[in-house]
Amino acid sequence: MTDPTAREEMLARIRAALGARPPAATAVPRDYQRVGSLGRGSAEVLDLLADRLEDYRATVVRVAGPDGVPAAVGALLAEVGSVVAPEGVPDAWLGAITADVRRDEPALTHAELDAVPAVLTGCRVAVAETGTVVLDGSAGQGRRALTLVPDRHVVVVLADQVVHAVPDAVAVLAAHPERPLTWISGPSATSDIELVRVEGVHGPRDLRVVIVGRTSS
Amino acid sequence: MRIAVFATCLVGTVMPRAATATVRLLERLGHTVDLPAGQACCGQMHVNTGYGPEAMGVIRNHVRAFAPVLDGRWDAIVAPSGSCVASARHQQADVARRHGDGPLAHTAEQVAARTYELSELLVDVLGVTDVGAWFPHTVTYHPTCHSMRLLRVGDRPGLLLGAVEGLELRELGEAEQCCGFGGTFALKNAETSAAMVADKADEIVATGAEVVTAGDWSCLLNIAGALDRRRTGVRAAHLAEILASTRDEPWQGAAL
Amino acid sequence: MSTYLGMPTVRPHPDTPPAAPLRWGPSFPQAARQTLRDEQLRANLRTATRTIRDKRRRVTAELGDWEQLRDAGAAIKADVMSRLPELLIELEANVTARGGVVHWARDAAEANAIVTGIVRAAGAREVVKVKSMATQEIGLNDALAAVGVDAVETDLAERIVQLAGDMPSHILVPAIHRNRAEIQEIFAHRMGDAPPGLSDEPRALAMAARAHLRARFLRAEVAISGANLAIAETGTVAVVESEGNGRMCLTLPRVLVTAMGIEKVLPTFADLEVFLQLLPRSSTGERMNPYTSMWTGVTPGDGPSEFHLVLLDNGRTRALADELGRQALHCIRCSACLNVCPVYEHTGGHAYGSVYPGPIGAILTPQLLGLGDEGGPFGAHDPTGSLPFASTLCGACYEACPVKIDIPSALIHLRERALHPDGGHPPTATDLAMGAAARVLASGRLLRLAGRAAALVGRVTGGRPIHRLPWPGSLWTRVRDVPGLPRRSLSAWWRDRGSR
Repeated sequence: MTDPTAREEMLARIRAALGARPPAATAVPRDYQRVGSLGRGSAEVLDLLADRLEDYRATVVRVAGPDGVPAAVGALLAEVGSVVAPEGVPDAWLGAITADVRRDEPALTHAELDAVPAVLTGCRVAVAETGTVVLDGSAGQGRRALTLVPDRHVVVVLADQVVHAVPDAVAVLAAHPERPLTWISGPSATSDIELVRVEGVHGPRDLRVVIVGRTSS
Repeated sequence: MRIAVFATCLVGTVMPRAATATVRLLERLGHTVDLPAGQACCGQMHVNTGYGPEAMGVIRNHVRAFAPVLDGRWDAIVAPSGSCVASARHQQADVARRHGDGPLAHTAEQVAARTYELSELLVDVLGVTDVGAWFPHTVTYHPTCHSMRLLRVGDRPGLLLGAVEGLELRELGEAEQCCGFGGTFALKNAETSAAMVADKADEIVATGAEVVTAGDWSCLLNIAGALDRRRTGVRAAHLAEILASTRDEPWQGAAL
Repeated sequence: MSTYLGMPTVRPHPDTPPAAPLRWGPSFPQAARQTLRDEQLRANLRTATRTIRDKRRRVTAELGDWEQLRDAGAAIKADVMSRLPELLIELEANVTARGGVVHWARDAAEANAIVTGIVRAAGAREVVKVKSMATQEIGLNDALAAVGVDAVETDLAERIVQLAGDMPSHILVPAIHRNRAEIQEIFAHRMGDAPPGLSDEPRALAMAARAHLRARFLRAEVAISGANLAIAETGTVAVVESEGNGRMCLTLPRVLVTAMGIEKVLPTFADLEVFLQLLPRSSTGERMNPYTSMWTGVTPGDGPSEFHLVLLDNGRTRALADELGRQALHCIRCSACLNVCPVYEHTGGHAYGSVYPGPIGAILTPQLLGLGDEGGPFGAHDPTGSLPFASTLCGACYEACPVKIDIPSALIHLRERALHPDGGHPPTATDLAMGAAARVLASGRLLRLAGRAAALVGRVTGGRPIHRLPWPGSLWTRVRDVPGLPRRSLSAWWRDRGSR
């Protein structure tokens, strides 16, 4: 399908273009903040995450510790008929759910998934400064389609998963760069019509985040 | 100090009042002023219009005319134009180097290092913000793009204007928007330029000021031309003209 | 608006279908003459550019290390250019190792042939597309249509542009030239499945687009995307978006084809920490865009089972050969320069006659097309040659650029290339006039004579403003007076004063 000479010719063109005077190879100055100033999972960083998520119109529920998760999740899913929870979501989180809990085994078809109104997942890391939750498809997060097609996404964020700044998150994710990554900052949105922001287009229109503090009972 | 005035080609031919104001102002402040005879143009118009090779002679003449500053003939060179100083400082040496004249590039850099825009000279070199001027008018200030972005003169003109007796400064809306002059842009893209200067004129009129000022007569020529055409009654004065104005010798606008 | 129902009232912008994505229509000044007359367009642009520019200013001011991030971004891009061959080979190896297929395309035709080949092999008659400048640039949708494949743009603005038969007029918000009433009309007439009684509220319009596209996402076999960046070290490709249409395309179909300019490669995964801060804040003026997807080859059980990455040259190596101009390849397509450009704000994107409008377009398009090269376009009146002149050199673009591309310097350099093409050309009237002016401006004596001549005119006209001049002065006096000329020249004043 691809002409093998295309590759060689393009590489040759690039080398010729750089030719006699390539740009001087200079060291990249990395004087920007490579580590956030707020501690991972600290009270300040959780407050900042909540603030930034709400700023982008996500629903935020704070619970003091893991014990509070089931009730919070139950309340956030109170009126839906069914919810899909991928493998790895702790059973404890499902304790107060009245909805029918679907599993992705065998994998749901697109049409089946389209009929499920909500999804419940954990996350890999969250960035407080930007109000971002990152999923990497590992346990409790499911394949990408699961968190995309249902209209409501409830995501549980544990204190230790919350970092301050973007570089902190990139450092965490660098352990498994090959995993499919989805960075989510608020519900889907568009500003394409007269720059008026409309929340909720193709992705989940309703993002609900449970931020879990470090207090245990 | 002994200061050489670089009038610039535009001011030197069609708007000499900015140059004479600069001379009078500096002399009033106690300095010795010279107007070197060999001077003409910095080369900016040619370079910016794509005539870099043709600009080489212009740049060479400019550097030759002001090179005596390197031998101590003057302590500094000043021009009543942000964009011409920017051209000397950021453009001449690059152009000379690209067209293969290394020695010219070197000398151009040396001369440029001693060349200042008027507000820079007053505030940074002479250390003065109150020049003893009197200008009993409402004034709005347009920060020209090259003064603002290439020279970064910042609030220097504001400090100088703020110290002028009788002057009331009116803030200009969307001040940082270009007036649409852009040298030959005003001719090559006449309609776009006209639309841009119309917006600028609207903002100036909205301030209610009697006078609009700036550090560059090129932009002012565009702005004043549009204001005059509309019969707005707003008059244009270069920053130097305002600072040169005193009770004894008040600003007279176009008179020379 | 409903009074027009059923009537073919939607007229495409521009009104003549473009001949080529990088070069259509007349020269910039001529095209601008038309767009400047469109009051609706002017009003849309004014509001829109000011809104984004204020948002950008707020969120960039929020980061204490913004300038350091820009320095890092600029340096990373310069580093990429200097090591481009090795980085592309590394990227290819890592994508291939993870089950992807990498293709190399020298030009638009080759890229289109590769993509249409993949789509036909997959047996698809319809593909869903994520907004992508690279596929706009090569005219992929037309190439697909030519082989009977319907390419459905899924970004809301791109869909509006596609349904209207328009060309995009902005890199980020391609339908910025259309207001809500026009979009309502476009949807009502062209969508096919618009709900009856559709209002012109942005929310209603967005929901109509959601419903219109949802079935297409769920049934699509093949998706086509661009890429905001790709990491050589890991083979990871990223798409930055807002609506979720990107996620739909990148996740649901069986086959994914991504077309990417060769300059989009970044060395390391850690470089994401720079560009994921620079891009959203400069682009939409958000701290972070709603969705960013990253994938590395194929992940069994999650997303497409077949992934193709098409590396596109299409003039990029030509740009790379220009020492000063090559910085145009550093562009991350944020569009901050468009939003701050006073020329763009007045003329809109269509005046640039290329899918790349605005200041960045004015330096990128001419280089992709080889301005001033032997056999390439040249001259200030050529559609491509006129682009570098479409700027006042005010510098607002340079100030806003997250990777510090010195657009004004590149513009000046390209003006020179336009006027001094390889192989030469007979001098134009302007060349002769500028040559004569250069001789005057290189001589203190001749300029003094010019000053005396001006003063002579000043005395004749009594120092009054001049309202009309013959061409080319008429270009000035159409909307401006020439302030009164002095009655005494500077040299005369200085001389008389000296003998005082």
